Amino acid sequence: MFDQSIITKLQQISGKDQVLTDKADLICYSYDATQKQYLPDVVVHPGSAEEISQIMKLASENKIPVFPRGAGTGFTGGSVPTAGGIVLGLTRLDKILDIDEENLVATIEPGVVTAEFQKTVEKVGLFYPPDPASLKVSTMGGNVAECAGGPRCVKYGVTKDYIIGLEIVTPTGDVIKTGGPTMKGVVGYDLTKLICGSEGTLAIITEIVVKLLPKPEAKKTMLVLFDSIDGAAQAVSAIIRGKIIPTTLEFLDARTLDCIRQATDLDVPAAARAVLLIEVDGDREFLDKQVAKVSSIVQPLGVVETRVADTPEQSEALWQMRRSISASLRQVNPDKFNEDICVPRSKVPDMIRKIESISDHYQIPIVNYGHAGDGNIHVNIMVDEKTPGDHEKAEKAVFEVFQGALELGGTMSGEHGVGIMKAPFLDMELKANTIDYMKTIKRALDPNNILNPGKIFPSDV
Amino acid sequence: MAKLKKLEDYRDEIDQCVKCGGCRAHCPAFGAEKHEGRVARGKIALADSLLKGDVELEEKFLLDMSQCLLCGSCYSQCPNKVHTEDIVAATRREIANRKGLSTFGKGVGTVLKHQGVMNLLAKGGGAFSKLLFKKIPEQSGLRLRFPAPFISSDRTLPPLTSKPFRERHPEVIPGDPDKPTVLFFTGCGINYMYPDSGEALLKALKFIGVTVIIPKAQVCCGLPAVSAGAANTVESLAEENLAVFQQNKYDYIVTACASCHSGLTQIYPGMGEEFNEFRDKVKDIFVFLIEQGFADKLAQLPKRQDQVKVTYHDPCHLRNHGITAEPRAILKALPQVDFVEMEDAGTCCGLGGTYSVYHYDTSKKIGAKKAGFIKESGAELVATDCPGCIMQLQDSINHADEKQRVVHILDLVAEVLPE
Repeated sequence: MFDQSIITKLQQISGKDQVLTDKADLICYSYDATQKQYLPDVVVHPGSAEEISQIMKLASENKIPVFPRGAGTGFTGGSVPTAGGIVLGLTRLDKILDIDEENLVATIEPGVVTAEFQKTVEKVGLFYPPDPASLKVSTMGGNVAECAGGPRCVKYGVTKDYIIGLEIVTPTGDVIKTGGPTMKGVVGYDLTKLICGSEGTLAIITEIVVKLLPKPEAKKTMLVLFDSIDGAAQAVSAIIRGKIIPTTLEFLDARTLDCIRQATDLDVPAAARAVLLIEVDGDREFLDKQVAKVSSIVQPLGVVETRVADTPEQSEALWQMRRSISASLRQVNPDKFNEDICVPRSKVPDMIRKIESISDHYQIPIVNYGHAGDGNIHVNIMVDEKTPGDHEKAEKAVFEVFQGALELGGTMSGEHGVGIMKAPFLDMELKANTIDYMKTIKRALDPNNILNPGKIFPSDV
Repeated sequence: MAKLKKLEDYRDEIDQCVKCGGCRAHCPAFGAEKHEGRVARGKIALADSLLKGDVELEEKFLLDMSQCLLCGSCYSQCPNKVHTEDIVAATRREIANRKGLSTFGKGVGTVLKHQGVMNLLAKGGGAFSKLLFKKIPEQSGLRLRFPAPFISSDRTLPPLTSKPFRERHPEVIPGDPDKPTVLFFTGCGINYMYPDSGEALLKALKFIGVTVIIPKAQVCCGLPAVSAGAANTVESLAEENLAVFQQNKYDYIVTACASCHSGLTQIYPGMGEEFNEFRDKVKDIFVFLIEQGFADKLAQLPKRQDQVKVTYHDPCHLRNHGITAEPRAILKALPQVDFVEMEDAGTCCGLGGTYSVYHYDTSKKIGAKKAGFIKESGAELVATDCPGCIMQLQDSINHADEKQRVVHILDLVAEVLPE
């Protein structure tokens, strides 16, 4: 706990009500979806970039760590206050400042909830595609900081592909702008892209300029059950080779299907060893054609059954299989290590086989599903932390899964980022000189190492 | 002996929360005040800390625990199906255990236990007349919902009846011997505030020839006391009602109040095995009427020319248990009703047991949102299946300066049945 005078100054900056120091309040801002808990010394909810600037100057002077936080839904500990200090809650900055329908650009504050933003732009026929699973609660600031993905990214790309400008507060308290509302702009370094995915270590995002698309008129959902993961994976490549880029290409592996069979009464035929959930979008009159084309492309690849939705209700029923996974998994084992490796899409079957052999070796269930279209696999290592040895086995399995992904030219994180969870593995993927290059940037921009310290890099910067 | 679970009994359930934060999208209290302590995930972290001895019962802790409507919206959307509403209720009991009832929610315990405050209550603070309030037994949930010294004079309340529903009728109203016999669990809302809805229920049951038992010995279900953390009250009320259930012969217990339905089917079974056999007999009135083919009978009535636009509000305590289709089916079958669906019909009205007493401002914010959806629907009437919701929705509509009226579905049913 630091000096009371700091608390008083924070109260002067943001108002007494916005500065929380009671234990009960600190507990409520001590965790994220990693379930790791670290108590901050104080939680502040600033109301403007100007306040944040003053807070950063105060923190710099006194070398107090600052941890920016959105909705706290991250999977790698990006927002948890690992070194105490100040949690900077950004949810009060929740305004959609402008939707420019002529230029298809919106300007928003970081605390805007992703789904609310999507709903608002869709009301005027526009579209913001990135759709992380947490979108109903995640904030846009968090999405930018982590460069969030989602099922639709196979066709539309990830968060950074839509962010064209930012207002940020630097670790030393300057308020600067990067990029802007134009579709092109090459003056100076692309700082916007540098900040996207920087996990809150380089700047605090206070305003976001977002590129939008016209909203596709309609979409159509189909579910294809295959007799092998190879068939499903070949289908993914074949569909894309056939010049169709679906909006969604989600796969479920054999072990996921086993879980669903056990936990639900959904109709999953015994012959099905892999499932692809496919969605196409666009003008209504093209969709039936596209679905027919997808069906004929995948047919020779060991299809057990194809289900096509004709109504939104039927579409929801098909999605039910994908949505039931989370609850089904818990019936296997209560605790999960949830990784999100990404490999070139053609390597998905090889990766699944590697994971299956890791699972067999350690005798712990590993269940895989995810975004087949971009090779992003959600690897769920299911253990019971109460069983002695399970935790250690899971840690070894995680290491081998990362190793396997890297051997296939992949990465250990497609969506979740590094945070604290993957920091110990950073040098498996990045060469020492690459890490140095990154640390040099961090040191230059945050000389006191006060902004989200301890994240991404395993040791001191 | 009826016994409610202790906070430590929820240890495993607390561990089931994986802190995904999904509840932030569904919690009405969080929607009104965006503080993590308002939402299920925060409350579970706090309950966990209390069990581990990492936090004291400090003011902010009590505030966060009081800021829950026990509506179960979080549970219904939770991927791991964590019953936060039960964990919060158990935490409130734990608070009452450690610090005495009155610590939680300013005065709830005092209201129940001390005659002095009872008299103050009866003086009424303008909320209720002394004479009428005296008729309400000390342990009724209504006393918890309207502890008069604390209730805002800003709130619009229905008048109390001068003759409670149960005093108006014999204990047995015989019907067709071939038809089932039902025990009508009236609840306090219908008994003291909305007796006409009780009369409407009798009319509907008479219409289909059902024999009705209305035991005079039945008491409050105890749900407001669950909300207040008053474990002993809940347990003694449950035992009194258990005796009533055991002494009578009937096929079903019907309720016309979502809260009572929840008390009988969700709270009681957790208090002892002796309650289990009654759980399956409890039916919401509209579930019962649908099973008896009542909707078809209504559909045979000629449609009216001058139909009224009616929308439906899902009480949390029915929605959570999957009872959403039956009330709508009855409404749609009514000849005078032009049914329209409102946006977010299933979100909480903002009453939440004792919640609206201690957090009337937040409760009003939640209610205002609801009033907006009601207005947008274009309906003239809002029908629902819970006296508490009726009271709160009407209050919210009045505050929004709108004209819609809130009714029990039964009131509309009675309009079209013969005398």
